[in-house]
Amino acid sequence: MSVAADSAVYARQRVKPKASRDDWQMRAFMLVIALYLLLALAFPLYAMLSKSFKNDDGVFIGLANYAEYFGTPALSYSINNSIFIAVITTFITVLLAFTLAYALTRSCMPFKGFFKSVAMVPILVPSLLPGIALVYLFGRQGMIPWLLFGHEIYGPIGIVIAEVFFTLPHAIIIITTALSIADARLYESAVALRANKFRIFFTVTLPGVRYGLISAGFVVFTLTITDFGAPKVIGGDFNVLATDIYKQVIGQQNFEMGAVVSVILLIPAAVAFVVDRMVQKKQVALLSARAVTLQPDPHKRFDMIMLGYAILVSVFILGMLLVCQYAALVKFYPYNLSLGLNNYQFDLMDGGGWDSYFNSIYMASYTAIFGTIVVFTGAYMVEKGRGFDLGRGLFQLLAMMPMAVPGLVLGLAYIFFFNAPGNPLNFLYHSMAILVISTITHFYTVSHLTAVTALKQIDAEFEAVSASLKQPFYKTFSRVTVPVCLPAILDISIYLFVNAMTTVSAVVFLYGPDTTLASVAVLNMDDAGDIAPAAAMGMMIFYTAASVRLLHYFLSAYLEKRTQKWRMR
Amino acid sequence: MEKSTASKHAASQPPYLRIIDLTKKFGPFTALDRVSLEIFDGEFVCFLGPSGCGKTTLLRAIAGLDVQTYGRIEQSGEDVSALPPTERDFGIVFQSYALFPNMTVSKNIAYGLENRKNSKKEIKQRVAELLELVGLPDQAQKYPAQLSGGQQQRIALARALATSPGLLLLDEPLSALDAKVRVHLRHEVRALQERLGVTTVMVTHDQEEALTMADRIVVMNDGVIEQVGTPLEVYREPATIFVADFIGTMNFMPGVIDRAHTVTVGGQNLRCKADGMSAGEKVTVAVRPEDIIVHEAGGDEENVFEVTISEVEFLGSFVRADLVADQFAENRMRADFSINLIRRLNIEQGANISVAIPAERIRVYPEMQ
Repeated sequence: MSVAADSAVYARQRVKPKASRDDWQMRAFMLVIALYLLLALAFPLYAMLSKSFKNDDGVFIGLANYAEYFGTPALSYSINNSIFIAVITTFITVLLAFTLAYALTRSCMPFKGFFKSVAMVPILVPSLLPGIALVYLFGRQGMIPWLLFGHEIYGPIGIVIAEVFFTLPHAIIIITTALSIADARLYESAVALRANKFRIFFTVTLPGVRYGLISAGFVVFTLTITDFGAPKVIGGDFNVLATDIYKQVIGQQNFEMGAVVSVILLIPAAVAFVVDRMVQKKQVALLSARAVTLQPDPHKRFDMIMLGYAILVSVFILGMLLVCQYAALVKFYPYNLSLGLNNYQFDLMDGGGWDSYFNSIYMASYTAIFGTIVVFTGAYMVEKGRGFDLGRGLFQLLAMMPMAVPGLVLGLAYIFFFNAPGNPLNFLYHSMAILVISTITHFYTVSHLTAVTALKQIDAEFEAVSASLKQPFYKTFSRVTVPVCLPAILDISIYLFVNAMTTVSAVVFLYGPDTTLASVAVLNMDDAGDIAPAAAMGMMIFYTAASVRLLHYFLSAYLEKRTQKWRMR
Repeated sequence: MEKSTASKHAASQPPYLRIIDLTKKFGPFTALDRVSLEIFDGEFVCFLGPSGCGKTTLLRAIAGLDVQTYGRIEQSGEDVSALPPTERDFGIVFQSYALFPNMTVSKNIAYGLENRKNSKKEIKQRVAELLELVGLPDQAQKYPAQLSGGQQQRIALARALATSPGLLLLDEPLSALDAKVRVHLRHEVRALQERLGVTTVMVTHDQEEALTMADRIVVMNDGVIEQVGTPLEVYREPATIFVADFIGTMNFMPGVIDRAHTVTVGGQNLRCKADGMSAGEKVTVAVRPEDIIVHEAGGDEENVFEVTISEVEFLGSFVRADLVADQFAENRMRADFSINLIRRLNIEQGANISVAIPAERIRVYPEMQ
């Protein structure tokens, strides 16, 4: 029969799925965003990499720049310094963060909500601010320099304290999550087997959070080694890689050497990033949907010790801010301690004046709005698109890259790429647009992951149902996906806003005379010796970020109330 | 593959859905291996098999959600092999319901009716009609989360039927529901399908569901079709050992063909209807527990032999007895006896009884690998 003949043909014929109009539109969206990531990330990084192999006339000289770098101990010694600072900070931060996270999840101490909020405060300030507070506390004319027993605050001690302050919330978030997914049944079994408290701690608790601890360690390490704010303010003569980049570029206009240091700084950041991703995958596997949440039992002495510890950490964090606020209000420390608003007359100082503050608010708003749109749309296309696996795989890779690129490196790469005379995008240099683009790109990965997680949590078949009902994807996207993911979308926008307010690293190379920013103003005023106004501006950033956070909190609560009818389970 | 003879459709009618030599590969893994199948207009077909057998892959290929690697699919005589889902004609219901959580029930049902030149009034009318159809006329303004699982699945069904598709695809639609709701919905879905006459394909791993709902069952395993047939056919005359084992309960015993229509199990000769096997061939003999009947004095059954009841398991309305006999050596047979019978004949553990197996109920397969 003819069927048999047909059949043999079809069995060998590869089916080439026809893409629908939706498929083409989704791919087009994805390509546009991929193109954005290429222009805003891959090409600039390439420009920087190639710059590190050229002399200042643009002639290729191979590894000569690297040879010069490693032949100059004053430069290459910074590698040791950076790693030294990062390792010490990682150790201290993870220890402090674990203890606080333990108090928050495993004790019955009172005011947990308050302590948790306080622990998040450092996210709301630029990393320059703890440095400024340390100057006031332990500097030559500081309030309590004797506490250092003759040691100098300018240098490793100051940097480490500032970095611990700056990285603590990140570590606490990760470790608290790891501790709170513990399965109560494991502890009940351990008690039933008559293990004592210490045995339980070492055989159940620690193994349960090991991936969280490792992950927190890598995050802290990366944040510290790439941070520029703390060593800039409190580092003194102690050079680290991040400040070297800044000095080479801004101080000596030696762009090639800046590129070399940047490439070197990329290495530990990229390694830490890759290892962290591998560890995170294992962490996910540990999560069991049927785990019973652990409810801690009250133990008076233990709870009191934990409370005391939480108070200490809070005093450390809030104390730094209070010192900055006090310094900002004092007329002329330490000679005239009466209070006033003199230091808020930013227009009288270098750094861009009040304009820079408002520029920052604009910049943060644009970043939040456009960044959220770009990130969420991109994540949707890559998660829910059909076919085109290669393109989607490459997009995922591009979206993960920014996490491994330190802000300073990104900023410098932008100089090389956008400021190149032949680049048609040259006009962007010094504009508000490039500040927004660099900030979105710098914080792309975490936003992307937040979006992807939210998208993975909604029913995978919405798109299939919608296609069967012959409705275009953008209808499903706007009427179902976005409303359902609104909490995550708000989270992304607040994350972008706060980081745009506080970031210094990428934008420090990119702002122009009309686009100075508050965080850069803090840096420049501190550089010029106007430390009190720098503290005042830093606190302005804090109050702004904190207000927006609060606004976000109320908005989320309102949203939850309004949508609880369909969110209840 | 034996072709269904009991299909209620005339062979002259062209099939509504024709699947020809479908192969689906996920990397090196072959999920479907040259699967061919015809489904007729108005039929209710179940794809049945263990998880990973390829039944969902086949359904998703029919929908165009995961297009096959090789092979052809024709729907209403038209080649749809490479078409995206939006260009095919089907409605689909998933195990997860996939109802839009932020929309009310009526908005969910109306979703597919929009942008189709329907007036608002027409849409409203159609939604009311569909809610009536699935028996939930007063739930229009609720959100999915406010409904029970069974109600949500009915809404999903109404949404899939709203656009009057030519083909209804159901992907394990009842698997997430409680046992009682599930049994109830089986009948409702089937009644609805018969009323609308829509060609329906349902994927399930639940044999009871397939046996009670389907016109024809497609039993799948390891990416190939083991058997296509009516529920009675796949139960009574399983085509392969896999089907015999997968559906219902079955006693398997090694045997040897003695001569035409006679097979030897242990030391016992059994008359059977098996054809086309030569004497001396090693075979697997299969008998359902309910086909072993108690031989009472004066009965005229064939294949009668003596057994001892070694164990009795009470299962509610019937009893499953483990039968041993010297001639079967270590082979045990399980037999189902009704409670009435047990009472009447006073059957209990350790009793010796005579049993019989009707020749037409003995299935013989080439030896199990």
